[in-house]
Amino acid sequence: MAETQPVLRMTGISKEFTAVRALSEVDFRLYPGEIHALLGENGAGKSTLIKVLTGVYDLDAGAVELNGEQVRITSPHHAQQLGISTVYQEVNLCPNLTVAENIFLGREQTAGGLIKWRSTRTAARRLVAKFGLDLDVSAPLGEYPLAIQQLVAIVRAVEGSSARVLILDEPTSSLDRDEVQVLFSVMRRLKEEGVAIVFVSHFLDQIYEICDRMTILRNGRLVGEHLVSELDRVGLVRAMIGKELGGLEELAEHDRPPIGDPVLRAEGLGRKGGIAPFDLDLRSGEVVGLAGLLGSGRTELARLLFGADTADSGRVEMPGGPVALRGPHVAIGRGIAFCSENRRAEGLIPELTVRENIILAMQAARGWTRRLPREKVDELVARYIRVLDIRPGDPEAKAGALSGGNQQKVLLARWLITEPKLLILDEPTRGIDVGAKAEIQKLVAGLAAEGLSVLYISAELEEVLRLSHTIGVLRDRTLVARLDNGPDVTEERIMETIASGGHA
Amino acid sequence: MSRVVRHHLFWPAAILIALLLFNLPFTPNFFAIHVRNGHLYGSLVSILIFGTPLILVALGMTLVIATGGIDLSVGAVMAIAGALACWYISRQPDQNSVGAVLIAVALALAACVLLGLWNGFLVARIGVQPIIATLVLMVAGRGIAQLITGGFIITVLSKPYATIGGYAFTAPTGVFIVTLAVVAMLALTRRTALGLLVESVGGNSEASRLAGVRARRIKIMVYIFCALLAGIAGLMNSSNLSDADANHAGLWIELDAILAVVIGGTPLTGGRFSIGGSVLGALILQTLKTTIFTIGIPSQANMVFEAAVVIIVCLIQSPDFRRRLMAPFRSAPPPPAPAAVSTQEPVEVSS
Repeated sequence: MAETQPVLRMTGISKEFTAVRALSEVDFRLYPGEIHALLGENGAGKSTLIKVLTGVYDLDAGAVELNGEQVRITSPHHAQQLGISTVYQEVNLCPNLTVAENIFLGREQTAGGLIKWRSTRTAARRLVAKFGLDLDVSAPLGEYPLAIQQLVAIVRAVEGSSARVLILDEPTSSLDRDEVQVLFSVMRRLKEEGVAIVFVSHFLDQIYEICDRMTILRNGRLVGEHLVSELDRVGLVRAMIGKELGGLEELAEHDRPPIGDPVLRAEGLGRKGGIAPFDLDLRSGEVVGLAGLLGSGRTELARLLFGADTADSGRVEMPGGPVALRGPHVAIGRGIAFCSENRRAEGLIPELTVRENIILAMQAARGWTRRLPREKVDELVARYIRVLDIRPGDPEAKAGALSGGNQQKVLLARWLITEPKLLILDEPTRGIDVGAKAEIQKLVAGLAAEGLSVLYISAELEEVLRLSHTIGVLRDRTLVARLDNGPDVTEERIMETIASGGHA
Repeated sequence: MSRVVRHHLFWPAAILIALLLFNLPFTPNFFAIHVRNGHLYGSLVSILIFGTPLILVALGMTLVIATGGIDLSVGAVMAIAGALACWYISRQPDQNSVGAVLIAVALALAACVLLGLWNGFLVARIGVQPIIATLVLMVAGRGIAQLITGGFIITVLSKPYATIGGYAFTAPTGVFIVTLAVVAMLALTRRTALGLLVESVGGNSEASRLAGVRARRIKIMVYIFCALLAGIAGLMNSSNLSDADANHAGLWIELDAILAVVIGGTPLTGGRFSIGGSVLGALILQTLKTTIFTIGIPSQANMVFEAAVVIIVCLIQSPDFRRRLMAPFRSAPPPPAPAAVSTQEPVEVSS
């Protein structure tokens, strides 16, 4: 393929948002008739690169060449005219219009200002058949399942601009196995026709099944471009996470704690589109770590255990009988606490004070009629500000004004004063400075030693390894393996488990 | 002194006092209160009498706005409350029966609780945007009130009913009702945890849910409170006029109430709220309306004058505006540059 000209070549692309470097000097090339995976963890810069390519963002530096000619893509409409079409994760079509109307929306075949319905329908029927789909083009799009709607979106994207470049941004995230296969057959057909396809997906199996070549981004930088056949899954995971396997510090010996009483047992718990049914035992005094790539279902698993989302299969047992986790208030009533990975959107109430944020969960559990006595509040808040070393130590300071690490401590304090039996921490150390990070890790270890059961989620394998007694490995929204932490469990082993799906 | 100035009620209070003082040159006996026929009379008294419905509605609106919502239906709810009460009284053989009036009041307020429940149900359960959900009742409510009155203005001749919007113990009854409502509201929000939970729901609804706050319940509750207070306001209004006018009772009061809440310092985005601020806001608006009459603004210019004053009031409330206004009069140090300017600087382009 080296002798053919790339249809698209992006060189030295940089994009900066107020003080945040989203992309720095990224190169990307795309050949006709190839399916090219764009890979990286969330925040690695995939979306930004796509948005630069589709004209949503203007680039700060770099050049885009299309068919050997330098272009400056100014808007999504302009990108379409140039033959670059995009299908996003969410279907952006009109479910109330018919399939044919959706395909030709905005470029209806007209005669004297009137739409030629008959020929529109005929053209649509022909197109749909060409993609191997069996659809009634006069039926409203909304009557078809999401997968078919997604395919109609692709038909529209390809036909609309006689696209030479087709970008599929996580098209499979809401599709089931069979639907994915239908999508893949359409992709192969387009590939044979010489369309260049950019494929974004979190599912490694799909990458290895359909893609020819891949470009890996990390922290807004290009890590590498490889033929899919050249890089195995372990290598890919390593490239995405960015850990070299040498030079890892010696792990501390993990003393297995005396096996505590079971705190929670999940059996076949799952939620369609979130996490496949899983079994999980959590015991007091034990830290269970969850490892897996972003988007592998770590957060979804945690949210089910807290009732933040409701499960559509399985059951949860706790001492005292089965629990229907209908919502966070039920989980909190049973002694479960959950620190979301998204501190700003799902944790802190920024305009309330540190004091109010700390007592919120405890007060909510008591109900609005039984206000916590002020002396008790002051005593609790003062104690936890001291224990967790929250700075500034002013209970009346606005929580939104604190630094990330201190906000995280406020949220920890919010849950610790409820004296939970199970503490779920989703990325508690993300985005906070090294000092605060070490403090929080120390705190977690101490809490477990006192008999708390902790479920610890982190993108950093090193952190999971250091803290956990048991490690659950997730991949493609499935809990694929459970490893007892010990000297034989290394980052390498976890990466292999992620890459192999637990079958190694 | 600076502590007084920085208190969150300082500016609303200062504006109210300034507005009252402004009347003095035009009406020298503006602050005079005298007793006539055993009743208190005077400009201040009439501001209170006419202002009480607005204060009540603004109190309820404060909680709704604090949860990030809005209630446009309060005017219609007022009309329904008045219509129901007058309809019931007008059918009694003896309109002066205290028992019958009490039943009429209970009937009207029970209906308001149901109306509030409906608003809360639409917003919290169905998930309709508050402005749309309450717009439904704002429009339909007048129709319901029309159905109750049969399309006529029902006039009642009931002494006990007239007391609600009239006088009790020489002072306007409304003053007692409002005092009671404010005390009850302060107790309810600051002596229980309701205030904290309302502020947390308004500040970040999803985070509150994940902290175990029953956000839906809280929202339904505030819409019920709001409708109930609007109902009481409707009864006072109807009692004061001794009739029920489905078309005009409480017309546009929702806009005045929202304005009162905002002038009082509660942001429309929800979160922190101030009960005292809303009371002052309502009094400012009512004083302004009275002022327009006493200083003799020509009637065709009423609205424009009112709008102009409201804009000035809102600007004075803004710390940023005050700082810019005062900047030329301050010698040193210069005020910090507004933050907005920094975003105007060109973004450094990396190559």
